Amino acid sequence: MNDSNKQITTMTTGKLPTAGRGSIELAGVTKRFGDTVAVRNIDLKIPGGSYCCLLGPSGCGKTTILRMIAGHENPTEGAVLIDGENVVGEPPVKRGTAMMFQSYALFPHLSCADNVAFNLKVRGIGKAERRERALEMLARVRMNQFADRLPAQLSGGQQQRIALARALITSPRVLLLDEPLSALDEFLRLQMRGELRRIQADVGITFIHVTHTQMEAVALADMVVVMDQGQIEQAASARDVYDLPRTGYVARFMGGQNVLSGTVVQNDGGSVTIESGGKRIRLSAPDTPPAVGSIFEAAVRRDHVRLSRAVSESAQPATNAVAGRVSGIEYQGTWLKITLEDACSEEFVVNLPDSLFFADPLTIGAPVLAQWNTEHVHFLASGSRPGRGAASH
Amino acid sequence: MGQAAAPAQKQLGKRRWTFYALSAFFVLFVAFLYGPMSAIYVLSFQGPTGGLTFPMRGYSTHWFVALFEQQRTGDFAGAFSRSLMLAVVVLLVTVAMSVLAGLAFRRRFPGSTFVFYFAVASLIMPGILVGLGVGLTFQLLDVPTNWYSAALGAQLTWTLPFGLLIMFAVLSRFNRAFEEAGRDLGASNWQIFWMVVVPILFPGMIAVALFGFTLSYDEFPRTLLTAGAKNTLPMEIWGMTTNVTSPALYALGTVTTLVSFFAITLALGSIALIQWRRSRKLVSNESATVEIGATQ
Repeated sequence: MNDSNKQITTMTTGKLPTAGRGSIELAGVTKRFGDTVAVRNIDLKIPGGSYCCLLGPSGCGKTTILRMIAGHENPTEGAVLIDGENVVGEPPVKRGTAMMFQSYALFPHLSCADNVAFNLKVRGIGKAERRERALEMLARVRMNQFADRLPAQLSGGQQQRIALARALITSPRVLLLDEPLSALDEFLRLQMRGELRRIQADVGITFIHVTHTQMEAVALADMVVVMDQGQIEQAASARDVYDLPRTGYVARFMGGQNVLSGTVVQNDGGSVTIESGGKRIRLSAPDTPPAVGSIFEAAVRRDHVRLSRAVSESAQPATNAVAGRVSGIEYQGTWLKITLEDACSEEFVVNLPDSLFFADPLTIGAPVLAQWNTEHVHFLASGSRPGRGAASH
Repeated sequence: MGQAAAPAQKQLGKRRWTFYALSAFFVLFVAFLYGPMSAIYVLSFQGPTGGLTFPMRGYSTHWFVALFEQQRTGDFAGAFSRSLMLAVVVLLVTVAMSVLAGLAFRRRFPGSTFVFYFAVASLIMPGILVGLGVGLTFQLLDVPTNWYSAALGAQLTWTLPFGLLIMFAVLSRFNRAFEEAGRDLGASNWQIFWMVVVPILFPGMIAVALFGFTLSYDEFPRTLLTAGAKNTLPMEIWGMTTNVTSPALYALGTVTTLVSFFAITLALGSIALIQWRRSRKLVSNESATVEIGATQ
């Protein structure tokens, strides 16, 4: 277990910023709440100065990890290192971390400026200097004109900027954001997403951002950590996690991929045939072909699949192809989401460019053949736990 | 605007019969609640020759003056000041202990359920028995009972569970993240308590204070057997009803009601004052910053 996790963390082939201030390492971290295990023996290295997203469904342990880094929770086992120093038991400010709470937790009785200046006040800094520095920080998040409002008089997005300013005034080396965009409407979410990235680049410290939204993580992060049931499924660059998912779980959770999983029934060197949902699918084989009878999983990106009308349904499908019937068509502007049924054991989706679709529009129920190139088959790690796919898109 | 008002007006003209039935019921309720008391308030302004019942024989403040003449109506002034002092002490102890106990009950300490039921049980117990028990205990220990000792303790068995229940309601809406945010920003536990917890809980604390004060101010059964030689106001009034046969009794009712209203006004007023000062401070600062904002 321990070894496999270490392997995950070193699997980052994408470009990550090289170590700066605020690097984080979790070593064998386990957190139990009574009998339930929230986080199970995790090893993770986050480079300093990077934007890291912890991604997973609710209850996967991502917030617990964040809170352990913040010092609001202590690991049951293991160590949390910031810049190489074990910080377990240290208070947040001593760790150099600052947290932005999901509810923002702005003090309702204090004006925005006083909220931002709270850290300066507890440190005994004089009133004039407090206000000056708070206004400076508010300007940084473009909120200086709201300095004397109470938090209740602000919109969600504005409250968030205040919370951000309040956290940043402690000059942390790590900023921890707990689902920062979840309380905002779609428009604001996209706007704040860009803002967060801008501010992270501006202050140059490590941002650790907990989210359950895949596209948010992919859009923001240098490094995405996909979690499930208290464990790390994959920790890699956003591109790797999306394009080269390690396991079936990651492929299903990130979306954008079709996962073909089944039992190997035939293996003739060049190709491998699996049985999936009563259908036989032939795929080009990996370098080390799987044994007959074993579970085999591969992923194909939805936009790497071509569709053609099936001549006859009974025709034996070729390698790297599945046959099925159109069960859903969703217009997405520049592309269409075509869902096939009876293709394999799970939903098979093709993202078709609009020009291609409208050249010869398909209708529901039409028999089709979906094909892809050998180089677009991505083999998934065996031993992944199938049938736990979470979000479908 | 006109369009929005139109449907409202239409509704105003055509009310359902239930509206009138419920309104009538409410008017009756108010009449029952305030009718008997207003008779007392009116009769307290009885002329010097007037009696305990209507009709009024002229109007005067004669009986209010008589109230403060000790020899005629008992030690009203002394009882009043004792009751006030006792109520203030009960208020302070109730607020302090309810807030601290409420905070403690947020974490499930061993035996917390037992302690909670034990505390709340004294609400159900007949007050006269609590007073009797406290009085007997003091007698057994050979300690003289006094309004500031035995009666204080007996009253607290009544106000503390109330205060605790109010704090439960207040704290159920208190987000723990506030304290974590305080800790995250480097505040010590002491600073978190005074700079975050107390200001946020302050309106709830005023509610507890108001309860503590009013429950103590008119407390009778628990105080009766524990106050010792010197009466509190409710006991003084009780005594007067049996031996005073003049409208001074009504004057007393009017005065004590005014004190109760004063306490409530003080509590609500202080909340309003805090909010007003806060908003005024904000507005005065804002006028300076709005111009900056406008140029952006």
